[in-house]
Amino acid sequence: MRFFSTSFFRGLIAQAAGTVLGMGLVMALRVIFGLPLSSPVEADDAHIREIIVVGGVIVGAITFMIGAGVFTDWFKWARGEETSDDHTPDPSKPNWMRYFSVDFDHKVIGVQYGVTSLLLLLFGGIFAMLFRIELSGSGITFLNSEIFKVLLGYDGPHLYNTLMSLHGIVMIAGILLGVGAMSNYLVPMLIGANDMAFPRLNAFAFWINVPGAAILLSSLFFGGFDTGWVGYPPLSLRAPLGMQMFLIGVYLVGLSSIAGSINVIVTTLTMRAKGMSMFRMPIFCWAALATALLQFTATQLIGLSFQLVMLERLLGMTFFDSLKGGDPVLYQHLFWFYSHPAVYVFILPGLGVISELLPVFSRKPLYGTRWVALSSFGIAVVSFFVWAHHMFVSGMSPFLRIPFMYSTLLVAVPTGVKFFSWAATLWQGKIIFKTPMLFALGAVVIFLLGGVTGPPLATIATDLHLHDTWFVVGHFHDTMFGGFIFPFVAAIFYWFPKMTGRMYNEKQGKIQFWLMFIGFMLMSNLQLVLGLLGMRRRVVDFDAALGFDTMQLALTIGGFMVFFGMLLFAYNIIRSWTKGEVAEGNVWDSRSPEWQKPNPMPLHNYEHPFEVVGEPYDYGLPNSRYVNMNPAGESPAAH
Amino acid sequence: MSAVESYATKLVRNRMGLWLFIISDAFVFVGLFVARMVLLGDTRPELDQGLGLAVTIMLLVSSFFMNRAEVEMAHGNRPAFLRNTFITMALGVIFLLGVVGVEWQIAHFGPADGQQGAVFYAMTGFHAFHVLTGVIFLFIVWNNGRRGHYSAEKHWAVEACAIYWHFVDVVWMFFYVGLYLLGTPIV
Ligand code: HEM
Ligand SMILES: [Cu+2]
Repeated sequence: MRFFSTSFFRGLIAQAAGTVLGMGLVMALRVIFGLPLSSPVEADDAHIREIIVVGGVIVGAITFMIGAGVFTDWFKWARGEETSDDHTPDPSKPNWMRYFSVDFDHKVIGVQYGVTSLLLLLFGGIFAMLFRIELSGSGITFLNSEIFKVLLGYDGPHLYNTLMSLHGIVMIAGILLGVGAMSNYLVPMLIGANDMAFPRLNAFAFWINVPGAAILLSSLFFGGFDTGWVGYPPLSLRAPLGMQMFLIGVYLVGLSSIAGSINVIVTTLTMRAKGMSMFRMPIFCWAALATALLQFTATQLIGLSFQLVMLERLLGMTFFDSLKGGDPVLYQHLFWFYSHPAVYVFILPGLGVISELLPVFSRKPLYGTRWVALSSFGIAVVSFFVWAHHMFVSGMSPFLRIPFMYSTLLVAVPTGVKFFSWAATLWQGKIIFKTPMLFALGAVVIFLLGGVTGPPLATIATDLHLHDTWFVVGHFHDTMFGGFIFPFVAAIFYWFPKMTGRMYNEKQGKIQFWLMFIGFMLMSNLQLVLGLLGMRRRVVDFDAALGFDTMQLALTIGGFMVFFGMLLFAYNIIRSWTKGEVAEGNVWDSRSPEWQKPNPMPLHNYEHPFEVVGEPYDYGLPNSRYVNMNPAGESPAAH
Repeated sequence: MSAVESYATKLVRNRMGLWLFIISDAFVFVGLFVARMVLLGDTRPELDQGLGLAVTIMLLVSSFFMNRAEVEMAHGNRPAFLRNTFITMALGVIFLLGVVGVEWQIAHFGPADGQQGAVFYAMTGFHAFHVLTGVIFLFIVWNNGRRGHYSAEKHWAVEACAIYWHFVDVVWMFFYVGLYLLGTPIV
């Protein structure tokens, strides 16, 4: 049973042991300081239990990392021991074990991120399907089923709130991991590096997600929480213990973002191949760099705001409780200062993927490459100055509204640059409709919907009506499906041969596309319409007299189509991984250096460094070259 | 074969990585300072001014010794490096004792006492945690230096420790102003 010797398994055992140990530690400390371990008053008792459990969970997360062996090399450094930089895997171990173990190869880490991401998306999807069943008609029926009460100890509206909140945040965690998957797998390969700048930090950044995700999901069994993914106080100060699991879990995933993004920045800035000036760097890497800039700064503030909520709950420190003089709006500022830039973290890499794929499949140069590269930065910079558009009705100072309205509308400019570039790239191209291209095109269409529904929300007058309705829900599903889900699926299909040496199933891929595209269109457009008609978001029920029943049912059907599409996707990649057709060589006739290497990518990427001699996206231009794979000139150079 | 990169190449990356980390970490402190301004405005917690000034001076002086330690190592003078590192560490510990051991005990409010309690304990607590990690870092560097690690050419760990320590020091300069000087005391 080799599985028992993997980092994953050892980490989980260590986490379980550490959690118990940590709880014991907190209890011991309480005894030493003469504090009670229980209380006859129910509220006090729950509070004491919360302190003990939170202590245990935090220790458990740390022991996971120790048990998994993520810290081993760092501990050696601290003791003054040298560690080897040669990360060639142990040949006596089967290959699959690498994926369950601490491994420093960016390709392995990328796949680890990707699979974990898909698992989280699956969980998030299941939560959504559960509450969609409830919402397909008026009245509360399904979520009142006996089974939920038995399994979780709660049901009805609170269960709805918990599922809806968990759906949001688990999806976000899944998206953040998907972003990590793409940047870790692709960035070194595209710029001609053999690994990321800090491989150990990279492994840390991945593995911290595992206890993070486990803790986040466990909130379901700690009474849930009912605040939505935003965790606004004062509600988050009163929610059950599950709230703490949410706060800790998200905090750990945030740590991963920060560590991962520092790696991406240093890698793109210092490890590019010879001849790859900034403007010859592939668009995806530009997008990853801009994303990283957002992640490594803004993430700290959501971390801080969550810690302050934790402290307020645990120690009674009043930051946000207005009853005691705190300021709940402060939380919203801290929260959105991260969470608005975060939405660009979700989409920028995806938009980068679209810009990578369109030229390949329309055999034309990417229109305005430099401007597209810079537009990612434009979006990133502007996104720091728009956060309060989420707070037009929060009671913040009214004079803040106007500047935030204008800054928000400004985002449309760099975003527009990307759209014009895509349209001009496709224009008169010889488009090849393979599955990755279908997803890229679908993404463009869907993201356009997301883009046009943004300005009505940014305009104060209309937002006062639209805020907290399903219109907002429709808006951000458009942006996230167009900016992340569809491009992510496209990227996985496109680079699947690189990862596995095999081809996915094209027919299933196309069925998946149409299932998801039609299902999504049904779903998100109905969300927008229902929102305009006044359907509030985050409520479990609606009045039958509103006449929403039919639309809600259709919406549920659309949602299920998307869900089944993703299941088909999972089936396709799992099956093709071992049984797919062997894919050799440059499957897509791409100019990018990784496709000039065999499939799957060799262990150490590029044994001989290549040299960049031209522009990356000049498809279809005669005599244009991008890379010289063999600058030393040992054998005939690849194109 | 994976190319084993030279020390110089790695140094460039390490420096960049560390500075990025510091910028990132600075956002936490900026956030805390903003929270202080929002919650307390032009008032401040009533604290022991003498003690505040004393610990601040300790930390400032420690940065001087930190700098000496790094320069001595760059000149290959190991004994002086060790001495200065040790003094830095000692001053760091004194700072921690002063804030957590004394100021936290004598303050006439606890963490649960209104906004001033929340702000004061959060700001000093987050900062003290950084001082603590800095002291641990210093200890590791000192301990390894004692056993003959580092040389005039290769002492990235010492440099990193120094940068981190100065950063923690600079943060306190702002926090000192925010907690001890700005506004009128709440009585
Ligand atoms: C043209 C660009 C965009 C504009 C002008 C815009 C504007 C807005 C505004 C004003 C809101 C607040 C609505 C309200 O709560 O009343 C909002 C919400 C939201 N937007 Fe956008 N947006 C844009 C693009 C995006 C993108 C690219 C994403 C990325 C995925 C995104 C994700 C979200 C999310 C998640 C929310 C909802 C947050 C919540 O309240 O739970 N938006 N958008
Ligand atoms: Cu926003």
